[in-house]
Amino acid sequence: MAAIKARVAAIKAGVAVTNVLEKIGRWLALLSLPATLQAAVLPEDRVDILYHSFDGGGVTIDGPSVLVRKNIANTVSVYGNYYVDMVSSASIDVEATASPYSEERAEVSAGLDYLHDKTIMSLSYTRSEEDDYEAQTVGFGISQDFFGDLTTVGLGFSLGSDTVKSNADSSFEDQADHRRYSLSLTQILTENLIANLSVETVVDEGYLNNPYRSVRYLDSNSGVGYSYEKELYPRTRNSDAAAIRALYYLPYRASLRAEFRTFSDSWGISADAAELRYTHPFAERWMLELKYRFYDQTQADFYSDLFAFSEATNFRARDKELSSFTTQTLGIGVSYEFRAGFLSMFDKSTVNLYWDHMQFDYDNFRDVTQSGFAPGEEPSYRFDADVIRFFLSFWY
Amino acid sequence: MNTRLRLSTLSLTLLLSLCLSLPVAATTISGPAPDFTLKSNSGKNLRLADLRGEVVMINFWASWCGPCRQEMPELNKLHKRYKRAGFTVFGVNVENDSSEANQMLEKIPVDFPVLYDTRSEVSKLYNVDAMPTTVLVDRDGNLRYLHRGYKPGYEDIYRQQVKTLIRE
Amino acid sequence: MFTLTVRHLTLLSALILLSGCSNFSPWVKPYERQNLADPIMSFDRDPVSVRYINHVYEAREAARGAEGSSGGGCGCN
Repeated sequence: MAAIKARVAAIKAGVAVTNVLEKIGRWLALLSLPATLQAAVLPEDRVDILYHSFDGGGVTIDGPSVLVRKNIANTVSVYGNYYVDMVSSASIDVEATASPYSEERAEVSAGLDYLHDKTIMSLSYTRSEEDDYEAQTVGFGISQDFFGDLTTVGLGFSLGSDTVKSNADSSFEDQADHRRYSLSLTQILTENLIANLSVETVVDEGYLNNPYRSVRYLDSNSGVGYSYEKELYPRTRNSDAAAIRALYYLPYRASLRAEFRTFSDSWGISADAAELRYTHPFAERWMLELKYRFYDQTQADFYSDLFAFSEATNFRARDKELSSFTTQTLGIGVSYEFRAGFLSMFDKSTVNLYWDHMQFDYDNFRDVTQSGFAPGEEPSYRFDADVIRFFLSFWY
Repeated sequence: MNTRLRLSTLSLTLLLSLCLSLPVAATTISGPAPDFTLKSNSGKNLRLADLRGEVVMINFWASWCGPCRQEMPELNKLHKRYKRAGFTVFGVNVENDSSEANQMLEKIPVDFPVLYDTRSEVSKLYNVDAMPTTVLVDRDGNLRYLHRGYKPGYEDIYRQQVKTLIRE
Repeated sequence: MFTLTVRHLTLLSALILLSGCSNFSPWVKPYERQNLADPIMSFDRDPVSVRYINHVYEAREAARGAEGSSGGGCGCN
């Protein structure tokens, strides 16, 4: 059964990939014009070494991320990224229903960008592995500059295929497929103002939940007044997101960035995010960045913190990420550029530290670890998290 | 969804292909080279017409432009090599504020004169529509060749064209 | 619910076309792009860092998509 499913998924993926290749082929045919033309620019050659850390809600995830990018013959830019998450989790989900665990997820990705005249074509491959989850993603992108290089239009498509397993049940194995379609329009409006409009649709199919998570339902037979059972999600999810962002160069050397994003999906979730960022270089080699971000989402249709009885609805979830909640982030970042010639093999090098403080405030996900409350009357859960990004960048 | 996406991508492709107005990177041009006078890095004002009888390469550049920085040492080599045969490079910096340009020249020094077009008058005069832009003017003061942008290898084309113009 | 339809894409292309194709004169000249070429005017100044923070948001929140962009900068070459 699983083999047939896998084969169907592979055929579907093959068809989708062929379709996309067809489209790209048509693009190439139309764009292969005589003589060298004005061109867009490839990303810079650089090496970045990042230490990342997320600490909050009983979860600590940290690890490295190394990104290396190199230009070949001024027409191709290739990159490789190695990323690790080392998870140590005693989160509320874990505290309520299981025991603390630690685990490691490693992700490797590689890609290339091909520059031809005013077009950049991109290809990427990502593979992520942990002992109960394997994910592979292939991405295609194409971007075109025109109207005096003031406008850039980009199209993106990615195909992901995941294998979900369970450490608690070795016989469990299922698949999840993801397809993403995106369109991006960047426009230079004035000498000091640039804006971007992005839209993206994600289509998920397969096993979209978590084999370890449970929902709770009222159970008079249970000592605490409720019991747990496995969650049950729909096997499809379609979502649409649209974002608009703008960067403005202030009358002195500093920039202001505003972003607004709206989201909705077939699970009934609607979300909005707004972000304001201020970047201020000072004292020749320093840079300061301040950020405020607000995020608000409504719950999924099949979400409930406490169901009335066992198997009360066709689909049921108690994942706090599908509940109704808001997050607020306050961030500060500092960068320092080393003087030219500090490291002879690099043209430029910087050291950077970003600290984001996130506040998660759940409206209808309750903290069951608080004792002395009737089921469904526990206080709403909230927690703070600190996100650290510490990295060194080298340009060569 | 699949057919819809196909249709939309195809229509977008067709529409975009209609929009591509494509100037070529290297062209031959004609007509008298518009005259101008700009302050130079030597402190003196330099005028294009004063170089009548010499082959002039006018290069429009900026410190914030990567390919421009790449090109500068190549132009310097050209200038040193053919100066005695009657060739000069005019490095026209297009920035409103010359401080960044001067900082860059300290790191990448050049022997040819650098002129400051702080009010963008000469850039407009020459219809500069790419960075960098290189214009070759012959001994009679006429426009001959135009290059938009810079990619490694262009300096060989420049050399060919400079040699042709010097021999005239 | 917002869906990416043929109509949206055609409208987008039409808007682009409206600006006119041939003999186009950019209102920001290539030699006026000094501020736009500044790294502080880049949407994606440090990709390794941007990738990570977007990953944190996507992992902790239900929303996903529409995070990236391309274009701008010096427009050289």
